[in-house]
Amino acid sequence: MEYFLQQLINGLTLGGIYALIAIGYTMVYGIIGMINFAHGEVYMIGAFIAVIAFTALGLLGLTWVPLSLAIVLMLAIGFTAIYGWSIERVAYRPLRSAPRLAPLISAIGMSILLQNYVQVLQGAKIKTLPPMIEGGLTLMQVEGFSVRLSYLQIIILLLTVSLMAAFSVVIARTPLGRAQRACEQDRRMASLLGVDVDRTISLTFVMGAGLAAVAGVFVTLYYGVIDFFIGFLAGLKAFTAAVLGGIGSLAGAMLGGLLIGLIEAFWAGYFTVEYKDLAVFAILVIVLIFRPTGLLGQPEVEKV
Amino acid sequence: MLSVAGIRTFYGQIEALKGVSIEVRQGEIVTLIGANGAGKSTLLMSICGNPQPRAGRIVFEGQDITRLSTHAIVRHGLAHAPEGRRIFPRMSVLENLQMGATVADPAHYADDLARVFKLFPILERRQQQRGGTLSGGEQQMLSIGRALMSRPRLLLLDEPSLGLAPLLVKQIFRTIAEINQREGVTVLLVEQNAFHALRLAHRGYVLVNGRIALAGTGAELLANREVRSAYLEGGHGAVPA
Ligand SMILES: Nc1ncnc2c1ncn2[C@@H]1O[C@H](COP(=O)(O)OP(=O)(O)OP(=O)(O)O)[C@@H](O)[C@H]1O
Ligand SMILES: [Mg+2]
Repeated sequence: MEYFLQQLINGLTLGGIYALIAIGYTMVYGIIGMINFAHGEVYMIGAFIAVIAFTALGLLGLTWVPLSLAIVLMLAIGFTAIYGWSIERVAYRPLRSAPRLAPLISAIGMSILLQNYVQVLQGAKIKTLPPMIEGGLTLMQVEGFSVRLSYLQIIILLLTVSLMAAFSVVIARTPLGRAQRACEQDRRMASLLGVDVDRTISLTFVMGAGLAAVAGVFVTLYYGVIDFFIGFLAGLKAFTAAVLGGIGSLAGAMLGGLLIGLIEAFWAGYFTVEYKDLAVFAILVIVLIFRPTGLLGQPEVEKV
Repeated sequence: MLSVAGIRTFYGQIEALKGVSIEVRQGEIVTLIGANGAGKSTLLMSICGNPQPRAGRIVFEGQDITRLSTHAIVRHGLAHAPEGRRIFPRMSVLENLQMGATVADPAHYADDLARVFKLFPILERRQQQRGGTLSGGEQQMLSIGRALMSRPRLLLLDEPSLGLAPLLVKQIFRTIAEINQREGVTVLLVEQNAFHALRLAHRGYVLVNGRIALAGTGAELLANREVRSAYLEGGHGAVPA
């Protein structure tokens, strides 16, 4: 029971991080019907900005964590937003009316380009960050095993939940969210009503990138070790999360992310760490066999 | 108010509009009739810049809008209820109407919504229903209502009576007249239902194969022999006995 609770806490933390990345996949898919394969790299860049910025702030003598965390989050979001915007401009917009395979290939190219770019600028070696936020709460202690909830986990969970809530409100209630949904459903009609479709698509990339940056900052704090290749597996898992939840569905991405985090944590906790990725993808395959649209994805039923 | 001069619009190599010129004056209802595939919808869409004409000029209230993008054109004060209604299926009726107000002054929103609900009371009762689940007639009302939410000075309507029961067709035409007379909205109306459209309109154009073949007042065109034989006798534009 205690062990279970501990895995639950670990799984939710990890799942929240996946969910933040997954939202970017699902939103971009919703609006342009394309998987943004460079999205994992945006997250990776967010993680690098976190390491660089935390280190720089440390050198400047700024060690008060709430302030430095806030500054790093802002920097990471700001910079990756620029990357997200540029990726759309360079790799997608020129191919908007091209056959579907073309933007897919340019996205994969963009992903490789960004990996190499970071490798050249930052080197291929891993980067480390000493623990910034230490300590935590002991929730339970039974027979020498204690269930711990670290302060870092609390921060990650709280920020993730608030971001997801804020995001859901933006999509469901604001003019911007409405314009995004309108572009998803009928881009031509949206433009006839005065929506600047290009701008709306750009903003979607920017928003997705910002969330991925937050995930990158969290991962850096959580594991303390990153390299230029982390975007690949994390991207793949977050993409899996988006598909599992139902690609195109915001709630689905959140649910899918949490589930993937939980599966991973429980598999690693109860079986073996080695095959945890296999477990994740096997469950994806099984879910898709029985629910091809994902858990919360809806098959199209409207009349045309 | 709107002047279209010699526009030529292509789909790939196919020339859908071969030098079309029309004029719409402030306060008028102008109708555009023509057979299937004549280019009526293409003309309305070209005015909105999607597709953009390759040659010719479109001037709206003194401003050249030929090369503007669609979202910029509609900001000048025209609105389009396009062919096929194009209701956002996974948005509620209310959200569809809010989308119609995208370029409107938010200060007018409550008034405009009340006005649309007054024209189409059914929409008020259905406001939380998803657009995709409305009946065809309800979707048509929503499409017109959505276009009105931006307070357009010029309203482009593409076959608003398509697929509606006769009673509803009458109601839609009555509503168009009301929008025009009471609210002073200028209307450019594409219709298959030539009899109703010509009776309602101040003036009309007949589009044949991407060219304007005839122009005149509604009454003149109604009386014209060619128009009568091509668009009014038999078929869906039949004159009621
Ligand atoms: N997207 C498109 N791609 C290629 N050709 C098109 C396209 N849209 C229309 N056309 C062609 O352009 C011509 C004019 O079409 P348009 O839709 O303007 O006709 P219409 O007068 O509105 O007809 P209807 O009364 O059937 O609605 C037709 O020959 C049509 O096949
Ligand atoms: Mg048409």
